[in-house]
Amino acid sequence: MKKIVILGGGTAGTMMANKLRNALERDEWDITIVDQFRTHYYQPGFLFIPFGIYHERDVKKPKSSFFPVGVNVLYTGIDKVDADNKKVLLEGGKVLFYDFLIIATGTKTCPEETPGLKEQLWYKDIFDFYTIEGALALQKHFKSWQGGKLVMAITEIPYKCPVAPLEFVFLAEEFFTKKGIRDKVDITIVTPMAGVFTKPIATKMLSELLVEKNINVVADFYIERIDNEKKALVSYDEREVPFDTLTIVPVNMGDKMVERSGLGDDLNFVFTNKHTLQQRDHEEIFVIGDAANLPTSKAGSVAHFASEILFDNLMNAIEGRPLTAHFDGHANCYIETGYGKGALIDFNYDTEPLPGTFPLPGIGPFGLLKNTKINHYGKIMFRWIYWHLLLKGKELPVEAEMTMAGKKRVTF
Amino acid sequence: MGQKVIANKTIDVNDEGYMTDPSQWDKDVASALAEEIGIELSDKHFEVLDYLREKFKEGEVLTIRKVGKSGIVDIKGLYQLFPGGPLKYSSKIAGIPKPASCV
Repeated sequence: MKKIVILGGGTAGTMMANKLRNALERDEWDITIVDQFRTHYYQPGFLFIPFGIYHERDVKKPKSSFFPVGVNVLYTGIDKVDADNKKVLLEGGKVLFYDFLIIATGTKTCPEETPGLKEQLWYKDIFDFYTIEGALALQKHFKSWQGGKLVMAITEIPYKCPVAPLEFVFLAEEFFTKKGIRDKVDITIVTPMAGVFTKPIATKMLSELLVEKNINVVADFYIERIDNEKKALVSYDEREVPFDTLTIVPVNMGDKMVERSGLGDDLNFVFTNKHTLQQRDHEEIFVIGDAANLPTSKAGSVAHFASEILFDNLMNAIEGRPLTAHFDGHANCYIETGYGKGALIDFNYDTEPLPGTFPLPGIGPFGLLKNTKINHYGKIMFRWIYWHLLLKGKELPVEAEMTMAGKKRVTF
Repeated sequence: MGQKVIANKTIDVNDEGYMTDPSQWDKDVASALAEEIGIELSDKHFEVLDYLREKFKEGEVLTIRKVGKSGIVDIKGLYQLFPGGPLKYSSKIAGIPKPASCV
């Protein structure tokens, strides 16, 4: 009996378990998936929780509902991968040997990496919305908040879902307008990058939204620490941004298991061949989703597109063929802009988000880099698609490889 | 996309003045690009630039934190070398793309 071990039962790991169990004979291939948690959260939904649009029940289901029959499931922590001996050491001493290993351990927020972040103001005036706890605490806070300086800050790149902070300020703008206190809420977005938008065409097409909605931008601000007494962000070049309520994207890091296994970079993201999705130094290890150090977005859509490539290449490897499937870094992301509208971006390693239309049989086309109602419906519908089709590894009417169909090359 | 002549060389640059062909880079080009930003390059600057170029070649995503852990310079020191926007300026002078998000 040959063995495949999947580390991580989140979006990426669950998709792979389903695809592989479907394709491989049960009497030839043993598949095991390992995860320390039993609850699967629909993470794109966390964004809506602070504003009371979604509640906890809308974003959680048991992981076990999505694992296929015929896969061994172990709910336990992972100590490390011993890649030279093709085995995984689990917490508690159990050992799993593998012929092929898939690392899908994701990324998580590490507020303790920023001095002053997880201190007296944490979950009182400082929140994240990348965890269920943070999103729920912020929902409660906003119910009684009377206004003041609302700051949305990004500590470090890369982080999960790069457009989420932008969506957050757009939704906050709508939320406080409808509450009748927008004039008392000063909204600022703080980024370590040169701007909220960094790609030339997206900048031209979407920056106006921030001006229209009266949202301030502080760019090139690299947070050194949070001053809890003054309630201010302090940058390495000693600038300060004061806040009354701070929503923050803490430093994102891969699982500590990656560090213990010596397979990744300084942020514990696994060194991954960006086209074949193989681990850089070990040909029987593949990497998918946020755990990989790929130069594309950390997002579910990327994991979804990558899952098709990884599946093809794992089949190639199993049957002794060269790894001909080629991941292009394809990502497809809705951007909620408030008031029932949204924008859509579609891009890969080499092609920046372009305007035009995105074809989707039956529903679309969606407008790319355009602020429309249909894009918002796309995002809302996606939750159903996620639970019922995507996690189960079923075919979606979207190609893994980015297409130029509908896109327009523009110059300004 | 365009070209510009700098340090007696013609280089390909994008709209924001970032080089699009790293092979056209040399130390004279770097010094001239730095001068445009108002920075005079020291040996320490070049150590950082070499590190950035090497990591870029290896396909790694560059961050201020990563440079700070490189052993060449800490983050405060990096700010002193490239004031205002350490990674965007050092990337520009190193002839590699501007650090970017997805939009």
